[in-house]
Amino acid sequence: MNREQILVNDTLDMVSDRAGAEVLADVGTSSLTRFANSFIHQNVSEDIEQVTLKVALEGKVASSTTTATSPDALAGFVDSTLETAATQPVDEDWPGMGGPTEVAAVDHWDKDTAFADPMARAEAVKAFVDAGEGLLGAGYCETDSRRHAYGNTAGRRVHGRFTTAVVDGIHQTGTSAGSGHACGVAMSGLDAGAVGALAAQRARDSVGAFDAKPGQYQVVLSPECMATIAVFLNVYGFNGKMAEEGMSFVDLGEQQFDEAFSLWDGPTDPGALHLPFDIEGTPKRHLDLVRAGVTTSLLHTRRTAKKAGTESTGHAVQGAEMWGPFAWNMFVGGGGESVEALIAGVDRGIYVSTFNYCRVLDPKSLVVTGLTRNGTFMIENGKITEPVTNMRFTQSFVDALAPGRVEGIGDDARYADSEFGPTFIHAPTMRLGSWNFTGGASG
Amino acid sequence: MFDEAGLAVQGAIDAGAVYADARVVATRTETINVRNQNLDQMDRSETIGVGVRALIGSSWGFAATPDLTSESIRATGERAAAIARASAVVPGTPIEFADVPVTQDFWETPYEEDPFTVSTSEKVDTLVDVTKTMQEVEGIAIATGTLMFYDTNKWFVSSQGHRIHQHIVESGGGYDATAIGESETQRRSYPQSFGQYETGGYETIRAWDYEGNAQRIGEQAVALLTADEMEERETNLILEASQLALQIHESVGHAIELDRILGWEAAFAGTSHLELERLGTHRYGSELMNITADATLPGALGTFGFDDEGTPAQPVDIVKNGTWVGVLSGRDSAAIAGLPPGGMVRADGFNRLPMVRMTNVGLRPGEGTLEDIIAETDEGVYMSTNRSWSIDDKRLNFQFGTEIAWEVKNGELGKMLKNPTYTGITPQFWGSLDRLAGDSEWVHWGTPNCGKGQPMQVAHTGHSASPGRFANVRVGVKA
Repeated sequence: MNREQILVNDTLDMVSDRAGAEVLADVGTSSLTRFANSFIHQNVSEDIEQVTLKVALEGKVASSTTTATSPDALAGFVDSTLETAATQPVDEDWPGMGGPTEVAAVDHWDKDTAFADPMARAEAVKAFVDAGEGLLGAGYCETDSRRHAYGNTAGRRVHGRFTTAVVDGIHQTGTSAGSGHACGVAMSGLDAGAVGALAAQRARDSVGAFDAKPGQYQVVLSPECMATIAVFLNVYGFNGKMAEEGMSFVDLGEQQFDEAFSLWDGPTDPGALHLPFDIEGTPKRHLDLVRAGVTTSLLHTRRTAKKAGTESTGHAVQGAEMWGPFAWNMFVGGGGESVEALIAGVDRGIYVSTFNYCRVLDPKSLVVTGLTRNGTFMIENGKITEPVTNMRFTQSFVDALAPGRVEGIGDDARYADSEFGPTFIHAPTMRLGSWNFTGGASG
Repeated sequence: MFDEAGLAVQGAIDAGAVYADARVVATRTETINVRNQNLDQMDRSETIGVGVRALIGSSWGFAATPDLTSESIRATGERAAAIARASAVVPGTPIEFADVPVTQDFWETPYEEDPFTVSTSEKVDTLVDVTKTMQEVEGIAIATGTLMFYDTNKWFVSSQGHRIHQHIVESGGGYDATAIGESETQRRSYPQSFGQYETGGYETIRAWDYEGNAQRIGEQAVALLTADEMEERETNLILEASQLALQIHESVGHAIELDRILGWEAAFAGTSHLELERLGTHRYGSELMNITADATLPGALGTFGFDDEGTPAQPVDIVKNGTWVGVLSGRDSAAIAGLPPGGMVRADGFNRLPMVRMTNVGLRPGEGTLEDIIAETDEGVYMSTNRSWSIDDKRLNFQFGTEIAWEVKNGELGKMLKNPTYTGITPQFWGSLDRLAGDSEWVHWGTPNCGKGQPMQVAHTGHSASPGRFANVRVGVKA
């Protein structure tokens, strides 16, 4: 039995029959080597051992998390959580706990990544930096190895493990920047030199950028941009809590997107990352959210599912009581066109490498404002002609993907770095018919 | 806990670090969320552990563990040094360190009522009551309330001899009402969006009169559904103080972080439009613009005794009469810039590397009141309470949305406007500041969710502001 399973069992034993209880133990190591101005300036590693306990005393619910996991500390932690619950009003929306279950037999784990040392990360940084001779590199290499176990007094026990590895960064000239990104389950699968070379090329190609006139443009959006769009669809649209509150655009069964557009949560897909269960121990399965443009499902925790009269889809995350469910293995369906072919189909438009600082203006229509960053280029007559300075847009992400708006999908789908982090969105390049740019770098 | 922190430092020094420091940090948090009179979340959490920072050559190595056995602590110190040493694969210029007084001290947040001893039933009842009041307004679909409390003890030890214990208490919360129309949602929040957070005890919650504002908030959310859209144009913009506080945070606070100016955050948070060689001459805004970074303001969220490098909290001038004169710095970044260290380096918990963070970056008040400013304005808009914020990686091009606005005509507030936005470029915008309200409306607004760094860190920062007016601002940008 692993440490995380022992922590779960010990904690449940301490609760005994005093209350219903569920326990999540998170054990692992997370390390990140960061560089700027082409040298490593911050280099960190942390051991993680954390227990989260939720107890229910006749409908009175309280939760606690602790990093103090000695037997004495855990005993005090359990008593304190029970005391807190006893003084609460009944939680009318408490969904209870799930019984025994089985999770998909996936193991997104790589031993070498789990035990990667700082030298391995430093070598990846060196490859990235060396690929941009004469440029200033900045970014990071991260390895993460985690083991989670979940158990409850209703008899559910699940556990799993995962690793992730990320190389991400930019190269900069004095006046421009370009980005590159790669991530996966294993460090050995990442080519840091290639990531650095792409960033360097984008930076060099961006020298001499001009201010493009604001307005509606065709766009070719990189996997990074599509990943950011997918995060907004995830958080504001397919979130069962937002839907229950009437704040989501989702209208199940309707053709809300272009028929070329599909979106799903795929914990068992080849190359997927993370765990096949959520923090409530609910198994995750393949879940279509949009199939051929038709919205088909919402994401649910046990709490949102109870309100909706359905079953949890296994998307509870820390803070879900407040923010609702979240998908950790989201795939945007790929296509068959090369990026060059997507660009060739543009009369006059803009290629965007990454979005930056996107924020929602209205959640229901999913109008978002944000900027472009690290490589924005004018496309004319099917070819990239000139770099343009960063542009501001104000655009409904749902309208941008509406029927008739998706003009082409790339064959380059991969895990991409959304503005809100890597490792949870797998997306291709996409060409969209219209995007509303509302300002340039100078206003 | 000084002994534990000292053991970690010794482990790093014995392993070859030229300098090391360590923090044992114990943090208790309590989070209460009520939605439509139902207690959705009652969470009490506690983290404790040690983080060790070791310097070798051009890089910090940092390691952290929650395991506070002697063997683990010492090994964590050694590991921090080994990590720093690995950085030599991609080396830079060796880091130098600005001097600060070597201090042994204790500092504690002044507070009256320990928020962790106030009964949970009183806290829950406060939120249940305000959500009930908001729900009683016809048309309110969702009413939520949040309270959060933090109690942090930090023991800091450095290889130079620092031994500092701090006890920091923070309290905050707020509530919002959401009205849902056919194709839109409208929300109003109090005291500001995402709540108001301060250093201090439960007395800070009582001071905001939660119940007395709940009905108004509910009514305004419903009224927004049928309000007119703001038209796109250039006009005089009057900002309510909490929105002006966020404007300061985004377009001044981050831009003056010395690590950003030096390029250390280039790949993620971004850099800055400011160039060090123009410190002392760069025109940031109008004569009315006087910004200080002051970690000593009683009650403000970014107030402490010492930063996480042991540098004493202090007030630092940032912008004087519109001219840029100061930065936010730590011991390493200050040494590079040839400036005195400002005591602005903090970490989000024991397991994060300390980095340059805002303290209380605020705008000194002017004269009079918001009412006076409106009365002096022939034509314009008044916007209140942040709804969205977006700014580029150099902190130049921004667009903000607020929850609510009103027309201003002939010195009076006119009709309510929904979906208000404004956009601008930082120096031009601050250059158009032509009016600021005075002391009586100057509030230490708190931002509890400032993200920066990799791995991500969330800082609690303060931004003092009173209402202000800006001329010729582009408002009403649409999709």
